[in-house]
Amino acid sequence: MSRASILGKVRTALHAPADDALRIGVVSERIAAPPIVAAPQRVAAPNTDLAAGFKEELELQLATVAEVTNALQIPKVIADYLSTNNQPLRLRHGIDPRISKLDFTAVADFEVQTGPASPDDSAGLSYAFVGIAETGTMALLSGPENPVTLGFLPDTHIIIVSRNRIVPTYEDAFALLRLERGVASMPRTLNLISGPSRTADIGGRIVIGAHGPRRLLTVITP
Amino acid sequence: MQPTSHDFKTNARAALSDRQLQEALSGLPGGLVAQRAAARARLPEFDDLRDYGRDLRNHTLDHLDLYLEAYETKVIAAGGHVHWAETAEDACLAILRICKAADAKLITKGKSMVSEEIGLNAKLQAADLDVVETDLVEYILQIRNETPRHIIAPAIHLIQDQVEDDFRRQHQHLPKDRPLDQPAELVDEARKILREKFITADVGITGANFLVAETGSSIIVTNEGNGDLTQSLAKVHIVIAAIDKVVPTLNDAAALLRLLARSATGQEITAYTTFSTGPRRADDPDGPQAYHVILLDNGRSELLGSEFREVLRCIRCGACMNHCPVYNAVGGHAYGWVYPGPIGAALNPGLIGVKEAGSLANASTFCGRCEAVCPMRIPLPKLMRRWREIEFEQGETPFLTRFALRSWAALARWPAAYHIISRMMVGTLKLAAGRRGAFTWIPFASGWTSGRDLPAPQGRTFQQLWAERQKTAAPLTPTNKEAA
Repeated sequence: MSRASILGKVRTALHAPADDALRIGVVSERIAAPPIVAAPQRVAAPNTDLAAGFKEELELQLATVAEVTNALQIPKVIADYLSTNNQPLRLRHGIDPRISKLDFTAVADFEVQTGPASPDDSAGLSYAFVGIAETGTMALLSGPENPVTLGFLPDTHIIIVSRNRIVPTYEDAFALLRLERGVASMPRTLNLISGPSRTADIGGRIVIGAHGPRRLLTVITP
Repeated sequence: MQPTSHDFKTNARAALSDRQLQEALSGLPGGLVAQRAAARARLPEFDDLRDYGRDLRNHTLDHLDLYLEAYETKVIAAGGHVHWAETAEDACLAILRICKAADAKLITKGKSMVSEEIGLNAKLQAADLDVVETDLVEYILQIRNETPRHIIAPAIHLIQDQVEDDFRRQHQHLPKDRPLDQPAELVDEARKILREKFITADVGITGANFLVAETGSSIIVTNEGNGDLTQSLAKVHIVIAAIDKVVPTLNDAAALLRLLARSATGQEITAYTTFSTGPRRADDPDGPQAYHVILLDNGRSELLGSEFREVLRCIRCGACMNHCPVYNAVGGHAYGWVYPGPIGAALNPGLIGVKEAGSLANASTFCGRCEAVCPMRIPLPKLMRRWREIEFEQGETPFLTRFALRSWAALARWPAAYHIISRMMVGTLKLAAGRRGAFTWIPFASGWTSGRDLPAPQGRTFQQLWAERQKTAAPLTPTNKEAA
């Protein structure tokens, strides 16, 4: 049995019996209370403008960031962005209630569908679980609210982030996951997204749109 | 993958005279070095994080059995399956069984060094399965029938024109007169071709940068998004990972993620970092229906119990090879197996044996840059030095080297004789070199002198110079020691 054999070899290497209560205690304690390394200085100060830091980092990674003062403005902002990039006025999203209540009929001829992405979709819209200021990163949780394929199949990905859900660090995002989702905190897929798809593999120059989205719009909303 | 590490010298010689390779090498790594330095400068706590990362990896290795068990429990709780594989063969068989059970025909693959290590593609193809690499460059290497030369920039040896030729040869169904001389056009063509594969694949295989014991998640980092399409669109997601990839918690993964991309490409973070936990949930509209993890040992449990344990801290960022003067001169292929550069020299003998890979430890000047940049502070020169000793002890060192080392060691045991003889030799060499002060040819050292002159000694030994200095210089006292 490979399992017993591998674990046996590991224990022999460590000179550790399987039932050492002290070691077991150390491990279960660390898992139960994950240690937190000091937050990077760029987001550590209590009065840090997290949204500004988030925006700055994300733009460095070649995403477009728009800010709205009212969620009602979101459909128009998205429509303008798609038009500016010569994209059809068409998008797909999941059943996230914060997206469902947006009124896309306010923009003429905006074609909106729901469900997971199909290969013909040109734009996908997701709502981020949180934004993470330290590197301009968005955490997305898979599920019917925000199907994971929306962020990878369409040429354009649009992510909405609530301003009051921008946290300083990755650890803060994980803490919210544990707090709000309980024991089974992990969805099938947790995506940390920090810019559009890219590669520097051919000729050493960055090309945007390798396999995933060719462009990424983030909308920060109150 | 069949190693050719024992031929390092021949491989290196061929690499040095390969003009296209030298052209490609001259372009890239310097950029990665500068980008890492810039990213480090932007994060003042970078070096503190390296200490933290080192301690965290040591802690995990010290409790590896328990973290693996905790991880397994969580994977199963999330509806996934864990397969333990002692050897490369076991791992390939486990994957073949899963593919067969899923009645798979087409398999897409994200980038995975471990899959190279176990020679997975050949095994899948031998079972009549169609396997497609989806990382852009891995795809290029696959159609070229080559293996990666670098762990994060696998085609560091290719220039753009070669890729254009490959695509024209491989994609003959596309118009012959299509423009393909821009990187963006090449990327676009690969994107279209691989889209089809993602959508029709039955099984998607990815590696893992980390496994998280707290949640049973596997983590991959990519910039292209190919790993996400691979695992989200196929019916079955298989993760192949070595046992040393486990970390205790999500927070520990975060600490390492801060180091990984910065060390590798100088990015703050890659475009995509993906945590996968089990198969799709009951109400999920997409994602794989089954999730399997292959936990591979393949020699690591033995390294864990050896004096080389520290090498298992590696997070595969590639910084050591980017900064290595030897790697930069000969490229990855000369190392003859999956992991090139200093990490390969320190790791490979432990995985495939000293006889095959022990000589890689000689491919170093011990300049120490690898250790200086390693995010996990692995003492690579120390480990390479130890492999050299073992290679010598096992009699794998070539005769001439052994003879020279033995003669020197014998002489060094007699300091008086050593001083007299070295004094004579230094004097003779100075005379022999004449006005020029350098040699253009030395017996048995043409490897050096064919490329450049060897400077001759200046006439006196270190011991002589030291003795003179002791006579003339003021004795060192605590107060002037600092200034000296």
